[in-house]
Amino acid sequence: MEFLYYFADVFTPLSFGLLLLGTIGGLILGATPGLSPTMAVALLIPFTFHLQATQGLILLGAAYTSTVAGGAVSAILLKIPGAPANIATTLDGHTMAQQGKGAKALQLSFLASAVGGIFGVLLLIFLTPLLSQWALAFGPSHLFWLAILGVTVIGSLDSASVVKGLLSGCIGLWLATIGFDDIMGAQRFIFHPSLGGGINIIAALIGLFAIPQVLTMFAKGRQDNDAEVLVVEKHSVRDAMREIMRRPKALGIGTITGSIIGLIPGVGGQIAGLVAYDQTKKFSSEPEKFGKGHSEGVIAAESANNAMVGPSLVPLLTLSIPGSPTAAVLLGGLLIHGIFPGSDLFDNHPDVAWTFINSMLIGQVLMCIFGLYVAGLAARVAQVPQSVMAAIVLGLAVFGSYSVQSSMGDVYVMAALGVMMYFLERFGFSAAPLVLGLILGPIAEANFIQGSMIANATNGMGSYFLSGALNIGLIVVVIASIGYSAWMELRSRRYTSKEEIIG
Amino acid sequence: MRHLIASAAVALTALTGSSTLAEGYPERPVMMMVSYGAGGATDFQARIVTMTAGNEDALGMPIAILNKPGAGGRVGWNWFATQADADGYTLAAYNIPHFIAQSVKGGVQYSADSFEPIANWGADPAVFVVAADSPMNSMDDVVNYAKENAGKLTFSGAGLFVGHHIAALQLEQAAGVKMAYIPTKGGGAAAMKAVIAGDVMGGVNNLSDAFRAEQAGNVKILGVFDLERNEFLPDVPTLKEQGYDIDNASVNFRGIMVPKGTPPEVIDKLATVVPEMFKNPRIASKMQAGGSPMHIMTRDEVKEMWAAREETLKELLAGL
Repeated sequence: MEFLYYFADVFTPLSFGLLLLGTIGGLILGATPGLSPTMAVALLIPFTFHLQATQGLILLGAAYTSTVAGGAVSAILLKIPGAPANIATTLDGHTMAQQGKGAKALQLSFLASAVGGIFGVLLLIFLTPLLSQWALAFGPSHLFWLAILGVTVIGSLDSASVVKGLLSGCIGLWLATIGFDDIMGAQRFIFHPSLGGGINIIAALIGLFAIPQVLTMFAKGRQDNDAEVLVVEKHSVRDAMREIMRRPKALGIGTITGSIIGLIPGVGGQIAGLVAYDQTKKFSSEPEKFGKGHSEGVIAAESANNAMVGPSLVPLLTLSIPGSPTAAVLLGGLLIHGIFPGSDLFDNHPDVAWTFINSMLIGQVLMCIFGLYVAGLAARVAQVPQSVMAAIVLGLAVFGSYSVQSSMGDVYVMAALGVMMYFLERFGFSAAPLVLGLILGPIAEANFIQGSMIANATNGMGSYFLSGALNIGLIVVVIASIGYSAWMELRSRRYTSKEEIIG
Repeated sequence: MRHLIASAAVALTALTGSSTLAEGYPERPVMMMVSYGAGGATDFQARIVTMTAGNEDALGMPIAILNKPGAGGRVGWNWFATQADADGYTLAAYNIPHFIAQSVKGGVQYSADSFEPIANWGADPAVFVVAADSPMNSMDDVVNYAKENAGKLTFSGAGLFVGHHIAALQLEQAAGVKMAYIPTKGGGAAAMKAVIAGDVMGGVNNLSDAFRAEQAGNVKILGVFDLERNEFLPDVPTLKEQGYDIDNASVNFRGIMVPKGTPPEVIDKLATVVPEMFKNPRIASKMQAGGSPMHIMTRDEVKEMWAAREETLKELLAGL
């Protein structure tokens, strides 16, 4: 209960002002395509040079929580996920926006974010010592199986058929091999200097999601300009709250999956949303509605990616190991004020540690309030005529992919992948499994190589990868996941064939 | 085309008198490329040491940091060697031995001759760490275990052809043992996690990160891969003191450089101003607070160090 003593510190005028600034600024930065939470926090670090440690961290903590939630805005309205965390949000969120339910989707996403986020921070407050052990439990072999578990999700994610889902996942896995291999330093498929660093994930996200959409809008031409304008349904916040209450399963699965996955160093944030989305779909009573603008999809994805924020800081705050890129940036923000995370932080600077954590808790609430306030206004974006919209999205896509590392190479990569995806979509492939392959490929590969090096030096591959409770547990889940997908595929096939007989 | 413009610009400045350029420089903010991601140790330190650049007694113009991360720094340095303008407005941070080791290994578009050093700001030696509950308490314990179990002692480091890897090679050579070096993806932090979690039996890591981990009670530091003990760890002996003939070839030197072809007046101006700028007490206190050891060297000293490093690394990496 120690954290309660430091609540007053959050509400001093300067601290609260910074908290507001961080939250609103974070929402805007998060909603800008290409500015991931990691970049937003990194951009703010120079400002903290002139602040005290506590105030600097309030700014960074507030920005971190709200950029993750802000990413949902561009994911829902423009179908550009601001960061890998928001990929799953596009699946149902953008479809809802197209149906004129953008306001509702945004309200649901902010409410779900707040619920997930607060739960995650509470975990950080109460269970940190326990959770730090769990974060350390994952060695190379476990991370490898976890990545494989992610790959099994590919088949069932947002695709008309399992085969096409797996195929586009494979394209993603191949794209992930481009560039210098991180462990051995070997060069793979580098035909152009801009590919030297591999395919940048943010540039790829923008290209794969935004460009096909832009091309589709342009391809329609001018003639049906007026017919496309949508009526944006007004949606009251109270209705949104009621909707959230009616979907406890999606909210629960999202929050818990996000918290668990967020803990694991190196994997966490990127796939929390997608795994939660997939799990919710599998446990839902109406799985066929997912991908067609179903509110459960948005709730699960957004509660998961904000629930991951709190636990993702556990390894940093207790063990001084940054578990995610954003945590690494926050580590820099702490060090610059001479504060070493770890036991030192809680023993000698409890005011800094708890004020920081409290500010994230308050930040979640503020983020939700501001988010709900702008949701109605922001949803009007859907009313912009398509030709104008296409130009704006294209501009944002170029700006976003350039700003990741100030490189035109990323813009070319974005454009090339986007055009490729446009044609793939025509053949029924979808972008989400491809991106998942792109994210999981390097995780699986690096951990397999590392694990096999350790195994060869010690007990041999078989016992290293296949023994131990955690390994076996993960393998069982992998098999169950594949089995479930196969069973669903077979069942739906039988169903269609019956239809055909009757028809 | 760019070279044409560059040489035309050089010719033009020669016509108008070279002194005017040095006097006028810098007229606008200067950019500094860091070939690692925002928040990493190099980025973090680069931001601190350049924060006073805008002062009147320094450059009088701010230095903006531009991150070009990827492939262990290769992406940024490739860009710097081939595409950066040699006009003094584009600087870069260097990491020794990383970029020299990479150029010795091949497959990149730069070598030590592609760049002109300006000044060095920091030196982060590699250290050998084991988990806090490890039975090993000295480097002799480590080497004895490695002798009894040839090739079975696993130890982590931040990757291949970086300071940690060089230190690992030196240790194997000096002690005459075979060990299993496990490069991790995700830099020093991931390598440290592997040690603390017990995935590996030991590891080579940055002194600054190891110092923090030791403070937190997670690891023991058994030796420093440097010529002298470090002020942050006065009680930890160097490898040499423990009887292994290892010099400072793996120490991670960080500093500022410009591309080859930058006008000599600009290089001279930077070479005189920048080391003085690093001596600012505000910078020293921020670096001290962050646990980052400072080591200021002038252009001539850095030139010597680069040449010495290249020779050692060519020898060390010849067998790989």
